[in-house]
Amino acid sequence: MTALLAVPVLTPLVAAAVMLIARPLRAQRTMSFIALATATGAALATFVRSWVDGDITVLRAGGWIGPIAITLVADRLAAVMVLVGLVVMTIVLAYAIGQRTADEHSPFYHPVYMVMAAGVAQAFMAGDLFNLFVAFEILLIASYVLLTLEGTNEQVRSGTTYVVLNILESLVLLLAVGLVFAATGTVNMAELPARLAELPDGVRAGLNLLLLVAFGIKAAVFPLFFWLPDAYPTAPSSVSAVFAGLLTKVGVYCIIRTQTLLFPGEFRDLIIVVGVLTMVIGVIGAISHNDIKRLLSFHIVSQIGYMVFGLGVGGSAAIAATIFFLIHQIPVKTALFLVEGIVERDSGSSSLDAVSGLARRSPLLAVMFLVPAFSLAGLPPFSGFLGKFAIVQAGFSSKEYVGVGVALVVSLFTLLSMTKIWANAFWGEPPAGAAERGGLLIRNKLMTMSTAIIVVIGVGVAVVAGPLYGYALQAADQLLDVAGYINAVRSS
Amino acid sequence: MSLALLVAIGVLFAVGSFLLMERSLTRIALGVGILANGVNLLIVVAGSAPGDAPIIGREGIPTDPLPQALVLTAIVIGFALMAFVLGLAWRTWTITDDDEVEDDLEDRLIVRREERDARVGDERHPEDVS
Repeated sequence: MTALLAVPVLTPLVAAAVMLIARPLRAQRTMSFIALATATGAALATFVRSWVDGDITVLRAGGWIGPIAITLVADRLAAVMVLVGLVVMTIVLAYAIGQRTADEHSPFYHPVYMVMAAGVAQAFMAGDLFNLFVAFEILLIASYVLLTLEGTNEQVRSGTTYVVLNILESLVLLLAVGLVFAATGTVNMAELPARLAELPDGVRAGLNLLLLVAFGIKAAVFPLFFWLPDAYPTAPSSVSAVFAGLLTKVGVYCIIRTQTLLFPGEFRDLIIVVGVLTMVIGVIGAISHNDIKRLLSFHIVSQIGYMVFGLGVGGSAAIAATIFFLIHQIPVKTALFLVEGIVERDSGSSSLDAVSGLARRSPLLAVMFLVPAFSLAGLPPFSGFLGKFAIVQAGFSSKEYVGVGVALVVSLFTLLSMTKIWANAFWGEPPAGAAERGGLLIRNKLMTMSTAIIVVIGVGVAVVAGPLYGYALQAADQLLDVAGYINAVRSS
Repeated sequence: MSLALLVAIGVLFAVGSFLLMERSLTRIALGVGILANGVNLLIVVAGSAPGDAPIIGREGIPTDPLPQALVLTAIVIGFALMAFVLGLAWRTWTITDDDEVEDDLEDRLIVRREERDARVGDERHPEDVS
């Protein structure tokens, strides 16, 4: 049963290796779906198991004993993240095939995409810090390739910023892992809490800050976010959808993991301040932009702020709210980027000046934009409202009134920028000649279907919000129960 | 722990950070390589006290093999990163005959706006132009 944990990491990697030899596009597409379906199935089994009996599943790779083994650990949070991540990656892959870009026809697209899936799964389940670093490298190197695959001037230029910044992040993370090892003599996350607690306060704070900076760059929190709105818009929509939906969330996940397990309750004020500033700066950037992709990219930053704020508030309820918000963000954010991709494919541009009258041409597309947009802004009855409501409620009960106030105002501004997209791109008269291009959705059936599925999943999060929030609460309790984690890993 | 190694780590970090802040991609690639080696050396030095090779049957205190395993992995990853940056530099060079990193879109827009504002200012206040 524990061997199931290796499946989401190994299957995509094996598929990638085979695909480097098997070049025909049709074969690659089939193998990609088989690999992702297998991985998703295994992730689903792990998730069901953690839902039913709530155990932490631990896999010791190679059967080594004690703290020297490489462990894969799936607690409730990791199990749900792996599942959601793989499902989203499968759907976006279908979208990418429907998009018919030069990218997807490259013989390297599918192998690299598989490698990224493996990296994401491994990052969520990594049981030691060095393994986490390796997982980051796997998914980052894959993301470098996906971002610059077309090799146009604009892609290479903004890709350079992304690559250099993320390499710096990798080196800071490696440095942090090395120093943690030097200070404690282990990188195993089950052994670290006790040994870190013995360290002098200054040393521990330094290690914590190094890790926060490394994960903060990846998660794009306030002073370290500037690479994101520059890099994401240049990639094809299917790629930026995965980046937006998943990669930044991996950073947030790692912040949550290290802050609850390794450094519980430290730097809470700093994290709250960073979270609030991230919300504000992100939404200001979003309002000032006139290109749908750049606007949405700034929203990624802004929404990350809510998660960081929720983590900073601390306590079971706030962390549960953060987890719920994290899960809801993945389909919502991905859906918005996918809708943008359909728009861009039809009109050849994602600038708000070039696009108009979409609602008249395709009411269904308008609905598929409106639902995740309302959810992002936090309007009831969508999932965004529930997530934000839970965070705000937790903030109130912890007396973080300033942060809560800012969070509410930022929500209003989010709605404002969403109406900006709506008013410019969807309302009004279609430009001359648009009618001859025919229906947007009919000509892009595969893209439409995969977008619709993601939108439905986003709505589904709100429909099953009750049980899901219950699950998030249990996951939060499990995160806060450090002793339980240590016991589960040691006794496996 | 020898002083020479500590000084070497410091020098590698300084040189690597300096090169990372350059505009030429080739220098950035070199910076990545040097900084990565600085981090690797730091893990080896700080990781454990030196000792005998950890082989069964040897006498004496063996050195801890874990930092060496970590560094071995990190070297490979650093190599891949540097190769990718060199690939980017080559691509930039074939497109623009240059491997400098351009300003990003926002910076260029701001520069353009400043230039326009300066022009308008000149027309309104010709006496200000010195």
